[in-house]
Amino acid sequence: MASNTSYEKYKSDGSLQGNLLEWFDARFPATSMWRGHLSEYYAPKNFNFWYFFGSLAMLVLVIQIVTGIFLVMHYKPDAALNASGIPIAFASVEYIMRDVPWGWLIRYMHSTGASAFFVVVYLHMFRGMLYGSYRQPRELIWVFGTLLFLCLMAEAFMGYLLPWGQMSFWGAQVIVNLFSAIPLVGEPLSIWIRGDFVVGDATLNRFFSFHVIAVPLVLLGLVAAHILALHEVGSNNPDGVEIKKRKDSQGIPLDGIPSTPTTR
Amino acid sequence: MSNESKVDCGRRRLVVATAAVGGAGALVALVPFLSSMLPSERAKAAGAPVEVDIGSLEVGQMLTVEWRGKPVWIVNRSKTMLETLPALNDQMADPNSDKNMQPEYCKNETRSIKPEFLVAVGICTHLGCSPTAKFKHGPADGMGSDWLGGFLCPCHGSTFDFAGRVFKNKPAPDNLEVPPHMYLSDTRILIGEHKKGA
Repeated sequence: MASNTSYEKYKSDGSLQGNLLEWFDARFPATSMWRGHLSEYYAPKNFNFWYFFGSLAMLVLVIQIVTGIFLVMHYKPDAALNASGIPIAFASVEYIMRDVPWGWLIRYMHSTGASAFFVVVYLHMFRGMLYGSYRQPRELIWVFGTLLFLCLMAEAFMGYLLPWGQMSFWGAQVIVNLFSAIPLVGEPLSIWIRGDFVVGDATLNRFFSFHVIAVPLVLLGLVAAHILALHEVGSNNPDGVEIKKRKDSQGIPLDGIPSTPTTR
Repeated sequence: MSNESKVDCGRRRLVVATAAVGGAGALVALVPFLSSMLPSERAKAAGAPVEVDIGSLEVGQMLTVEWRGKPVWIVNRSKTMLETLPALNDQMADPNSDKNMQPEYCKNETRSIKPEFLVAVGICTHLGCSPTAKFKHGPADGMGSDWLGGFLCPCHGSTFDFAGRVFKNKPAPDNLEVPPHMYLSDTRILIGEHKKGA
């Protein structure tokens, strides 16, 4: 298990580069992290294509973050009307689509990426149910995954409001009204969520804030927890072999291959 | 620390006290942040009561005004419209307006202060779409032949009568909301406010 194995610190071969690495590794768990999670983290040999979707979800997450960073450079979360009578938020999305060089591509990557995220995550969850990846000792991975899914839905829902078009507005209207159906506290709760008596500028701005910083931070934290929990117990596989149970004389799982085939 | 080591009670008391003070401080610190998400003074001002002149609203006509960003309907109901109400009682989910969807002074047969004038928030109690007026009888407004007139929510098909009461077995759970309102004179209504006892 990653955390139980102690790795020797990097020893320099006398070269400048080696000395630098030795200095760095003495002050930061670089070698142990690299080995524990990549070069000497063993994955079962009998994975099939259903096991692609976890890393694909990470790829989509990276795409969403990168395209999102570039979209925020041009997007303006403002419900006020501009000189032509169009909400500034909606106009800034039109601007991204028409006037920003390659803006259309970046925005389509972000919006299609959001759909792709759910496609990939549903396949990932299906795999988990198909092969019992949620079972002992991997219950916590599943719990983190469920929280990730909740966060992902919140993230997508708040992002959907940002273009400030009809679909965005009514989507937000309907979902926020779900909360107002809660007995007694529903009405004040929905007013608190909106920050107004209607879905308005206050709602748009807070959804922007949640969408670009608050929820992504939680999402990244949960991804780290999800992966650390996975690496603690190791991956499941179609045959249910616990690869960490059968190791050779050097402690290397017999039924595994390093998840990053590389030199040690 | 192993379980066998002796508990230092003095130290534990200090830990508990520190945690309690710290926890209380954290809770207090939450107040300004959570409160900042409530409607601002500006939003509250924009949600102020709205005065409406209904002097020119003909019998059988409907007027829509905006209050707190919501459509508020004022319908000048004709005699025939009002006559449909008691007839529909047994088809209504809440015929006597027992649920708290109207001010106390509108908890009556017509759900209004004056029988002819319906004042209601035109937002479906299901998921917040705005129902459309279907005032004509039956097929004349594209409804079934037993339709006596009222409102239809196009989103999920909830129907309401001329008092904004919801029909049974529809997605909408409640009657349409009647906002607080009062008559400033015979032809002027203030929506969003009512003096006590009005």
